[in-house]
Amino acid sequence: MPELNLTSAPAHLRHGSNIGQPLTRRDGVLKVKGQATYAADNHPPGMLFAVMAVSGISRGRVSSLDVAAAKRHPGVVDVMTPDHKPPLAVDPEIKTNPFVFRMEVLQSNEVRYANQPIAVVIAETLEAATEGAALLAPRYETLPALVGLDAGESFVPPVVGVGNPTEVHRGDVEAGLASAEKQIDATYETPPQYHNAMEPHAIVASWDGDRLQIDMPTQGLMLSLARIAELFGIAHDKIHIRSPFLGGGFGSKGLMAGPPTLGIMAAKLVGRPVKLVLRREQMYGPVGHRAPTRQRLRIGADGEGRLTALDHHARTVSSTFDDFYEPAADASHTLYAAPAIRTSHDAVRVNTGTPLFMRAPGEATGSIALESAIDEMAWACGIDPLAFRLKNYAEVEPISGKPFSSKALRACYEQGAARFGWAKRSLPPRQMRDDAGQLVGWGMGTATFPALMFQAEARAAIRRDGSGVMEIGAHDMGQGAWTALAQIAADAVGLDVDRVEFRAGTSDLPDAGIAGGSAHTATAGAAIHSAGAAVIAKLADLATNDERSPLFGAGNAGVTARDGRLIRRDDESRSESYAEILARAGVAEVEARGTGAPNPAAMEEYAMHAHGAVFAEVKVDPELGQVRVTRMVGAFAAGRIVNPHLVKSQLFGGMIWGLSFALHEEAITDRRSGRIMNANLGEYHIPVNADVPPLDVITVEEHDPHVNALGIKGVGEIGITGSAGAVANAVWHATGVRVRRFPIRIEELLTQS
Amino acid sequence: MKPFDYVRPATVTEAVAAAAQPGAVYLAAGTNLLDLMKGGVSRPDRLVDVAHLDGLDAIETLADGSLRIGALVSNADLAHDAEFARAYPAVAEALLSGASAQLRNAATVGGNLLQRTRCGYFYDTASRCNKREAGSGCDARDGENRSHAVLGWSESCIATHPSDFCVPLVALDAVVEIEGRNGRREIALDALHCLPGNTPERDSALEPGDLIVAVRLPPAARGFATHARYLKVRERTSYAFAVVSAAAALRIENGKIAEARLALGGVAAKPWRARAAEDVLKGVAPTADAFQEAAWRALTDAKPSGDNAFKIELARRIVVRALTLAAAGTPARIPALPASPFASTSGAIHA
Ligand SMILES: Cc1cc2nc3c(=O)[nH]c(=O)nc-3n(C[C@H](O)[C@H](O)[C@H](O)COP(=O)(O)OP(=O)(O)OC[C@H]3O[C@@H](n4cnc5c(N)ncnc54)[C@H](O)[C@@H]3O)c2cc1C
Ligand code: SF4
Repeated sequence: MPELNLTSAPAHLRHGSNIGQPLTRRDGVLKVKGQATYAADNHPPGMLFAVMAVSGISRGRVSSLDVAAAKRHPGVVDVMTPDHKPPLAVDPEIKTNPFVFRMEVLQSNEVRYANQPIAVVIAETLEAATEGAALLAPRYETLPALVGLDAGESFVPPVVGVGNPTEVHRGDVEAGLASAEKQIDATYETPPQYHNAMEPHAIVASWDGDRLQIDMPTQGLMLSLARIAELFGIAHDKIHIRSPFLGGGFGSKGLMAGPPTLGIMAAKLVGRPVKLVLRREQMYGPVGHRAPTRQRLRIGADGEGRLTALDHHARTVSSTFDDFYEPAADASHTLYAAPAIRTSHDAVRVNTGTPLFMRAPGEATGSIALESAIDEMAWACGIDPLAFRLKNYAEVEPISGKPFSSKALRACYEQGAARFGWAKRSLPPRQMRDDAGQLVGWGMGTATFPALMFQAEARAAIRRDGSGVMEIGAHDMGQGAWTALAQIAADAVGLDVDRVEFRAGTSDLPDAGIAGGSAHTATAGAAIHSAGAAVIAKLADLATNDERSPLFGAGNAGVTARDGRLIRRDDESRSESYAEILARAGVAEVEARGTGAPNPAAMEEYAMHAHGAVFAEVKVDPELGQVRVTRMVGAFAAGRIVNPHLVKSQLFGGMIWGLSFALHEEAITDRRSGRIMNANLGEYHIPVNADVPPLDVITVEEHDPHVNALGIKGVGEIGITGSAGAVANAVWHATGVRVRRFPIRIEELLTQS
Repeated sequence: MKPFDYVRPATVTEAVAAAAQPGAVYLAAGTNLLDLMKGGVSRPDRLVDVAHLDGLDAIETLADGSLRIGALVSNADLAHDAEFARAYPAVAEALLSGASAQLRNAATVGGNLLQRTRCGYFYDTASRCNKREAGSGCDARDGENRSHAVLGWSESCIATHPSDFCVPLVALDAVVEIEGRNGRREIALDALHCLPGNTPERDSALEPGDLIVAVRLPPAARGFATHARYLKVRERTSYAFAVVSAAAALRIENGKIAEARLALGGVAAKPWRARAAEDVLKGVAPTADAFQEAAWRALTDAKPSGDNAFKIELARRIVVRALTLAAAGTPARIPALPASPFASTSGAIHA
């Protein structure tokens, strides 16, 4: 039953039949039929095709481009170069806030990384533009490229991630290590990885005078809009962006990057609509990636297996011209109750496109190192890895000392271990085999991800016919926002989901914030929830102040909204439908706005995180070293589950990503040129169906009254954390070989047989 | 894309004439060629589309007991031909371990034989590559070369041939039928692919205009049906090229190996027939020791071309395992995970 309680704040104590239902994606049929319009599916009349020419070197300058040859090619309309391009209103190198990506939009002929755009060819056909780009035959003055984690002098960045302190400590780490009975000191490496969303970055841009129409996948409509307005010097209301569907983003479509900006410039240059779509290999450069890390963990434990100190240092890289530092060591802030913790980072600059948020940025890289190290420590202490984690269970957030807003991690451990059958695990490694003689190993990892909230706004309306409208510029990246947010909207206005017109995915709707940080459902959901409460309050005012209404005078007792009716709380026999109320009042609709935002007081008081426990079984060929994951169980506690179906899909996806992190993914970088040598989906390995075992996801019940009005924590990223370490630890348990460089390669496991 | 002529000849003779001019290439299913063209790696002036030629898509048993496979038979159709899979199980297993179901449905026999290397520098037109551009240099030699050759390589090229299909074929003495400007001829598959030497730009012994029309397996190839396996170690369970692979086929009589066939994949610029190893197995019992000895023989000449010494040890182990599996007997059905080390693990889902 949809039900709204309008008498207490936060208004909604209970939610009804929409939230919590495992609805299938409401856009599923469209997608299956190929009718969901992705950005590159748009073809406005007169549209031209733009193709980027990208740099073959990583450092130096472009000394010549054969523009004439490109222009001579039939069908080529124009070639945009540093010497021939429309002006921008601001320098694209100026960074006004941390959410600005310094971009290459042909501002000079300097080359700072491989695959940097160096020209754009605009033509009547895609084929002509592609050949035009090839005919540019760039020549370069090449400088030696800076490549890898040891590329040059390291430095301590001012912040890591988005504004996190570079170094954090609590207690005396050195003393803790010195007093420890057991110590480990281990260094782990993670490779560069690329988002590789199925849908490449794409834009279709049309100018009409100073009005700009854009189709472009984005995880941040308003952020993109503001950046475009700034770059092109036009008012916000002159720009309209449509982004109804994204074929994945994973962070790489969060910030306005160079390539879509070039598409807008190209449209301006030729005065016609232009489409620009990246080729797969062009996605390995200008649109972000996960930086490599080298992480050293020093951990001490006393004779009982209780941690005495945890020191986590991460080295990472950023580009030579911008700053994003993978906050890998921060993963050690929340999970294990060491009396002394220190996390620190340093970095080198290399010739790479600037790294960026990639699904669980810092959390994923940090987690695989931390969970491996905890596993190593447990073994050093001779304690079962789960028992060891329970022994060091953090009752309060270790680094801050704050209580958790909620933390059902014990239940996750318990339910996950029971489902997996963890109790039968042998303590020492290399003890288990299957009937075909393959080594079998069991490993686990703890999952954690912060419960974040950004800012969002929504507009709700109830129409004369009793139906509802909810508007919010939210983003469906494939995670199911069209469905989950519509469910929240339906409950917010007391209607069935089919009676609410849910509008999202365009920039003329209220700002939904960014779809990132696993916070979109929580943030947009909170805004929707409050807009719904506000519009129902207006409707209730109309009714309760009108003596012709059966609800007249119910003001103090209050009304609830359910199934399209307002109902007196103290007398359910007295109710009136939305349509009746509006008809009598003679108004076409009532509308109201609401916002979602973090609650600073709650954040001051509580540490807010989702948690989970992941258990993995791998098989390893004892002689040949090939690895296969055969079982995975993940138990996650992430507050209120808006749609169990979608939530499971997110957690499955995260667990698969974790498996991928441990065993497959790596951008192979040429150590001399800095070029990525496997920039295609044939050779950049991610798991295929045969690599993914049946996955078992348990969502552990958790009520969190503090994170936000709806108690939602977010599930988009947590699945990677814990999972990667669980697989790595299972490989150790199968083989007795501790591999500390990821992904785990066959050659590392050939050491014995 | 570079503009090119597209011709669709009606007969083999027309095809050969159309393809004999410089800059012309044959197009079969295009699963390799079109990728190369889109990436600017291959820039032909003329595509001669042979996919529609008549008479090249049959699988026939000839009077002498050989099997003749038309060059346009798809990889999937061949692997799923029940009689073929029974007679040449290692070949079927190799086919099914390659690429993905979608690619196998399209890819042809001729195209599979002539697919180009997967060396990343060959594909990356910003890198120097002697195979792509003769004399330009080899950026793989001192680069990221963990998957490169350990046998038969030269300073000018360390690439491998990526085909799975070719590995059991070469072990079974397959013969390639070619139609050229001077009519029909045939060569052993073992002689089709060239080692790089100083001319890595030359992948095969084919001359301009040469069209592969069929692949033939001689009558003796059937003699291994009960003891033949393909084993492929790769970096994921399916849809990955071999790190190293091996085809092993044995003819066992009275508890002794009457004849052995062994070939390796992923180790050289051609499917690598290991005749010295075959020789030591002849007439001995199929024991672990004999297989170890064979493995050493097979890799005697191997040397790393970069960060790939592990491939030599891995190849030895794969040889031992493939021989062990072959000796144990061909399974009644092709495993759900063909050629995988996990092929005999129960509960496997299809790759
Ligand atoms: C992502 C991916 C993964 C793959 N994984 C594997 C794998 O694991 N194992 C594996 O073995 N293969 C793998 N392949 C390669 C695949 O097997 C080949 O692409 C395919 O067999 C080529 O056949 P085709 O008919 O498409 O050839 P095309 O692409 O049409 O042609 C390939 C070459 O052969 C020439 N050619 C074709 N037919 C003839 C003929 N009859 N006579 C003369 N020349 C001819 C063409 O001119 C061209 O140079 C993979 C391919 C891809 C794209
Ligand atoms: S190994 Fe061969 S294919 Fe690879 S770059 Fe060198 S020459 Fe080219």
